[in-house]
Formats: sequence, structure tokens, C-alpha cells
Amino acid sequence: MAEVTPGSRRSGRRLAVLSIAGMVGFFAFWQLLALSGWFPERYLPGPAKVVETMFALSIDKYSGATLWGHLTASIGRFGIGFLLAAAIGIPLGLLMGWYRWLDDIVSPFFETLRFVAPIAWVPFAGLWFGTGIGGPTLIIFSGAFPPCLINAYRGAKFVDKRLLEAARTLGASGPRIVAEVLLPASLPSILAGLRVSAGIGWQSLVGAELIVVGSGVGYMMVQGQLNVDTPIVMAGMVAIGLVGVVIDFTLRSAEGRIKKHWGR
Amino acid sequence: MSRITFEKVNRSFVRGGESFQALADVDLVVEDREFVAIVGPSGCGKTTLMRMVAGLEFPSTGSVRVDNVEITEPGPDRAVVFQAFALFPWKSVEENIGFGLKCKGMGAVERAPIVKRFVELMGLASYESAYPHQLSGGMQQRVAIARSYALEPGVLLMDEPFGALDAQTRVVMQEELIRISRLNPRTVLFITHAVDEAVYLADRVVVMSRRPGRIKEIIDVRSVRQRENWDSLEHIEEVMDTASFVHLRTHIWRLLREQHEAAPAH
Repeated sequence: MAEVTPGSRRSGRRLAVLSIAGMVGFFAFWQLLALSGWFPERYLPGPAKVVETMFALSIDKYSGATLWGHLTASIGRFGIGFLLAAAIGIPLGLLMGWYRWLDDIVSPFFETLRFVAPIAWVPFAGLWFGTGIGGPTLIIFSGAFPPCLINAYRGAKFVDKRLLEAARTLGASGPRIVAEVLLPASLPSILAGLRVSAGIGWQSLVGAELIVVGSGVGYMMVQGQLNVDTPIVMAGMVAIGLVGVVIDFTLRSAEGRIKKHWGR
Repeated sequence: MSRITFEKVNRSFVRGGESFQALADVDLVVEDREFVAIVGPSGCGKTTLMRMVAGLEFPSTGSVRVDNVEITEPGPDRAVVFQAFALFPWKSVEENIGFGLKCKGMGAVERAPIVKRFVELMGLASYESAYPHQLSGGMQQRVAIARSYALEPGVLLMDEPFGALDAQTRVVMQEELIRISRLNPRTVLFITHAVDEAVYLADRVVVMSRRPGRIKEIIDVRSVRQRENWDSLEHIEEVMDTASFVHLRTHIWRLLREQHEAAPAH
């Protein structure tokens, strides 16, 4: 979480030094704790053991696939659920921001359902959509959908009223106002929502993969847990964290580029 | 033909449980291709009158019509130029000017020559692909005026369009507006609190009184303009220097001052 606000290059360098020092300290402490012999290795695998496991996993299959195989399966499911959430949530949020009647119809359901944690959908997701693609996708979708909708809706509600009046006096229809005024005006809010949405969607993944039979990082971790193979579980956690960082970084740079292009 | 009719227009608001009257019995007819400016102190309801013609607000009682059709919603036959420009920041100059035409269902090929004509008319050539934030206030307002004119509206509504500009830009824009409205005569309702501007631009100046807003006097500028041949003078300061201009301006200032002094002291 290094938010570097306008400051000197020196303070930037100091932040980098502090970050690195913190990381080194953390891993050293963890390794020492693991080496101390106070806990059996199963309780707390050390970082060296985790890295070793990750290397081994990337070559040898565990529960049917290598770490890459599991990751690819997971990222695929995440991608489908996330894109579906964006494709439905953003237009719906914008439309609700313009058409009052739609807001009145959707809001009661949405406001209630968004408090149901994605993991609570696990039994029904499996029943309704199966344990292949459909079930996990629904769970990721249920986590990723609310931020897409809420941010598009809020963005649409906070559009400069003068721009809406200008569009109306120029003869713009409702759908055109949504597409050509609300959407671009809400873009910063929508992009921020997408980042939150991707985060929650990726987090929901392990829950989603608890019900999957054949593949995925979550599935690999469940298998590791069943075999009391804790380094596998820890390796899965690290992989999830790293991919999460990559997803966030990708969206953040896309956000920066889009904002620059649409600059005001 | 585009003739604006205000008939017994009243408008009252309820604020904090108390109702107060913003406009009282406004009767006014703006003839086809006439340029009418409304001046008055802030809070006299002059902007509300303009917004009623735009279809953005409605009278509590009475009627506002264009060519005898009651106004129920905004429409491209009544284009508005706002004080804050209200350009779309994510659209280029060309796209902003073409937006209303696009709403009419015109394709890109059809729009291009019209946009080009208004780009040239408003002196925006070579800025076509710039975005509003790259332009000065004066240039932005040129874009907004071009955007309204491009629709070839019967009625042009201007809400203190030069209020946000610096004094020099303002003068240039006033001269531009005179030039363009001679080339493309439209029915114009122009809201301002600048007396000079109203007298310089308008055929008639409507002076309004403060709360409740009502019409105090309507001054015919056109007959003076024609008699004194203001249009033969090239610059605004030459017009403003004529005795006839000064006389009208002073008359309007007196009207505004009277009501200011008549207003109850707070």
C-alpha cells in the first residue's frame, strides 16, 4: 500500500527502503520461527519450504495438475465470473442511475442480496449450475457484481447536472444519455469499482473451488488440507496473493491509462 | 416561425415550509427572429423564465408556448447556451458541435459539412480535435455557441453566456454574437445582469423587478439602433460612446436602482 503522493525523490527512496526492510524482517522472522523447532513443520512451514514446494509444484503434478495448471483453471473461472459481473453490473448501474423506475424495482433485491457472502451461495451454486464452470462462476460473480453496480450507479448519480441538461436540450434520448454522458462521466468511479470487484472476486475463488472436483488453486489447497500436506496449502495461499497483486496492478495501470486518455 | 409567448406566468416555491413567489404575472411575447434581453437583479427569476422555454422548468400557473405549442419537455428546436459552457469534457470540439446533429439521427458523413461550417463561423478552425480542457474560457463558449447554432434551432436561449469570461474576451464575444446573429437571425432570449451587454445586443430589453419577479418595463432598443445607425460602427466601444446608447443605459440603470432602493432593508 505505498501511496506516493507528491514528495521528494528522497522520501520515495526512503519508502522503498522501508518496504524492503519490512519484507526482509518478516521473512527472516518467519524462517527463524519455523527453524526454532517450537512447532512441528506441519504447523508452520517456513518460507524456504514454501518456495521449495512451489518450485516442485510447478514441475510435478499435484491432484491432477501442476501449480500452473491449477492457476490457469482458477484464472479462467475468475475471468468469466468477473467479466460477467462487469458486463451486467455496469450497464445496470448506469441505467438505474437514469431510470428511476428501474432503480425502484432493482434496489430492494440488490440491497438485501449484497449482504449475502459469496461463500453462502456454495450449496446452491453447485446444485443449480453444476461443479464445472457454472457453479464457481456464480460464486465469483456474486462477489464481483456489487462493486460494479454500486460504483456505476453512484457515478451516474453524481454526474454534473448541467451536462445532463445540455444533453437533454440538444435532443439526446435516454439511452444516448446513458451511453454518451453517464458512462464517460462515471468512468473514474466505474474503474475504481472494477478494482474492488476484481479483488473480491479473486478472494471468493477459494470458496468457489471448494465445490469444484478437478482443478484450481482452491481445489489444490483443499486436497493439501485433506492430506495434511500444509506446505501445499501455504504455497496455494502465496500463489493466490501474488496473482491478486498482478490483477490489481494490471487494472491500476489500465485505470491510469484510460484516465489519461479521457483526461479533463 | 418561432414566437415565444409567456402568458400570466406565475411560479412559486416552497422552501422550509414557507412558500414564496418567484415570478408574478409575467406576460411577454418575443417575436420571430427578435433578440430580447432580460436584465434584473439576481433572484428576479430571469433564469427561470429562460429555463421554462427550454423545458427544464415549468410555471406554477400560466403558460409558456413556442408557436402556440405549450412546452412540456426540452427539445433541439430550443437550443441553450449555458453560463458554465456545459461542454462534454470527453468529446472533442468537433464531437461536441456535432452531438445535437447526431441526436437527430444524422450520420457522420452528413454531419461533417455542417460541423465544419460552424467551426469556421465561430473561428475554431484548427481546434477541431482539441478537448474542452485544452481551450480557454472564451474558446469553450465559442464551441458551446457553435453546438447550439449547428442545430439550426428556431429559438436560441442564452443564460448569462459571457458571465464567466474576463472583460476583454467578453467584448470580443459580444461582437461575435452580433455578427453571427446578423448572419443567422434567430429568436433569441438572452439573460444577463450586464446592462451594457443587453443594450448592445438586444432589439428589446426587458427590465425585471426583484421578488416576486415581474416585468417592470420593456425598452425598445431597435428603433434607437436603426435611427442612430449603430450597426455602421465597427466596435462595441464606439457604440457605447454614442449619446443614444448612454441615454438608454442610464435609463435602465435608474430602473434597476429604484427597485433596489425600494426593496425592504434587511
